[in-house]
Amino acid sequence: MSQHAVRPTPASPTPPDGHLLEVRDLHIEFRTGEGVAKVINGVSYHLDPGETLAVLGESGSGKSVTAQAIMGILDTPPAHISSGEIRYAGRDLLGLPEEQRRQIRGKEIAMIFQDALSALNPVFPVGWQIGETLRQRLGMSRTDARRRSVELMDLVQIPAAARRLGDYPHQFSGGMRQRVMIAMALAMEPKVLIADEPTTALDVTVQAQIMDLLADLRRDLDTAMILITHDLGVVADVADRIAVMYAGRIVEHADVRSLYRAPAHPYTKGLLNSIPRLDQRGGKLSTIRGLPPNLMRIPSGCPFHPRCPYAQQVCVDVVPHDLVLGDGRTSACHFAQEVRDDRAG
Amino acid sequence: MTAPASPTTVRGETLLDVDHVVKHFPITQGVVFKKKTGAVKAVDGVSFQLRRGETLGIVGESGCGKSTLARLLMRLEKPTAGRATLAGRDLFAASGGELRRIRRNMQMVMQDPYTSLNPRMTVGDIIGEPFEIHPEATPKGSRQRRVQELLDVVGLNPEHINRYPHQFSGGQRQRIGIARALALRPEVIVCDEPVSALDVSIQAQVINLLEELQDELGLSYIFIAHDLSVVRHISDRIAVMYLGRIVEIGTEDEIYDRATHPYTQALLSAAPVPDPDAREHRSIIRLRGDVPSPADPPSGCHFRTRCWKAQDICATQDPQAVPRAADPHPSACHFAEVRPGR
Repeated sequence: MSQHAVRPTPASPTPPDGHLLEVRDLHIEFRTGEGVAKVINGVSYHLDPGETLAVLGESGSGKSVTAQAIMGILDTPPAHISSGEIRYAGRDLLGLPEEQRRQIRGKEIAMIFQDALSALNPVFPVGWQIGETLRQRLGMSRTDARRRSVELMDLVQIPAAARRLGDYPHQFSGGMRQRVMIAMALAMEPKVLIADEPTTALDVTVQAQIMDLLADLRRDLDTAMILITHDLGVVADVADRIAVMYAGRIVEHADVRSLYRAPAHPYTKGLLNSIPRLDQRGGKLSTIRGLPPNLMRIPSGCPFHPRCPYAQQVCVDVVPHDLVLGDGRTSACHFAQEVRDDRAG
Repeated sequence: MTAPASPTTVRGETLLDVDHVVKHFPITQGVVFKKKTGAVKAVDGVSFQLRRGETLGIVGESGCGKSTLARLLMRLEKPTAGRATLAGRDLFAASGGELRRIRRNMQMVMQDPYTSLNPRMTVGDIIGEPFEIHPEATPKGSRQRRVQELLDVVGLNPEHINRYPHQFSGGQRQRIGIARALALRPEVIVCDEPVSALDVSIQAQVINLLEELQDELGLSYIFIAHDLSVVRHISDRIAVMYLGRIVEIGTEDEIYDRATHPYTQALLSAAPVPDPDAREHRSIIRLRGDVPSPADPPSGCHFRTRCWKAQDICATQDPQAVPRAADPHPSACHFAEVRPGR
């Protein structure tokens, strides 16, 4: 990849004692006609330069909403950020005026989405769309923007980039469209890349190509990445750390290896046990009973207790706090240690 | 002759026999005078057998023709060529009453539980609708009871018979779709990506349900999916499709442990493994480029443009899915060999 023309990244703007990006005790509600849905209930996580944090969760767990809050692209209303901080390079983004957030969006923190076909504009050629950012934000001339667009398309390994500049999104395959979107996200050389289910719509062989590309970019450009996904396989392949979300909370947070070896939250354990494995044949799959909660009526105490095999009376009564298990590992479970040490379940 | 699901024949004999089925969709040009200028070769000569009580998994990437194949078997599309028989009856030649009898015996579960259920019908009407088309299946008086029985079988509350689809979650809706497919007591169920739209924790529940139903009712499944782990879990035999053809077919062990076709090997190697410790010693085969257009597939072996083993013979001679020296299961590769070190 080194042959590609990418300007060296300037020294990272991280303050000496802080994290590059930090979400602190974030609370978000959706106020709808039917009531208030508590979508994010005290989420905290951080990201350091060059690392990949996976945020894992099922639909409705709040993983994408958190990302949208970081980007500042949440629809408000119906969404309402009731409390919390999102600090980037020492500044609280939520307190900034929109004009200053615009400066950060795309330039410092960029995002790629699941569905490239609907994220790209169908009536403009892709070269124009990649170049638009460069012309608008960096004031590049059309010729320069065009040249840089080709460089970016080369960087994301789109074959014959110069010839494909004038093609429209529908003329690209799914994998190539995803590359175009990654090229757009990289145009401003962001420090943080948020990838929201970047490979969910793709076939496995193409998924492997895109995950490789993201890993290369991270290594070459030292970009930090938040990978939002529901796929435990993808996480195991690329992430350094993982935050597992359930009902708008982070229920477990650990480095990837420890988490897969010995999950310390019953929900994580249930998820890991319920996926069929490529290297194992049939038999009955273990399941997590019941359904994820309605966010307008989150159960008392621990939100997972109605589905949890470890649940006791205390889980119904008391909201569990993050239990620190050493090595920066936390689990929001009253019985975190028992769950971690229980290899049978 | 319309005996419901009673195993009149021995377990293990061939129930569905598909022989060189072809489906080409014409590409036309012109508005008034349509001229055929080409064809999308969605399914291009597919043969396989499904035995009683067995699950045949069909895997492949988007555009490989697996869903078109399902639609052909359900007679939702007319094949361009080929033959298929279900329990001895000619599937593609049948019409009228004969077709209705065949359809009763083969039902389908769709991928998307959100769009495959009519939002204006109650669950009872949805599951009971097959009885309107096949009144002989269950006498009118006992239909409500049969629908409640079906709800119970798929793990839903029989009292919810008057609810509407939007009152159920995704996993529950897929159970409704399964109940509808079971209503006529078919012998074969074609499942087209039945768990792809579901969350991980719900997926396992639906997979377990499908397996329980198979054991209880002796069903045969054609299970179409792109998730290789799910397919391995549920299938007895697996067919791997690429650009309209079956490139390899065999038992679950033969495909997952002794695959001889390069495409199967690449597909398996690319599937993410939920084990961070496997990261270092996994060797992923990186395929070049994208799947070619089915309107203009490469000559000879369809996979040769992306294959690292391709030689001149691959462009000129179409490899047949036949037993190979490397392993006795059928593989459509001139250079079939088991990948070392797996």
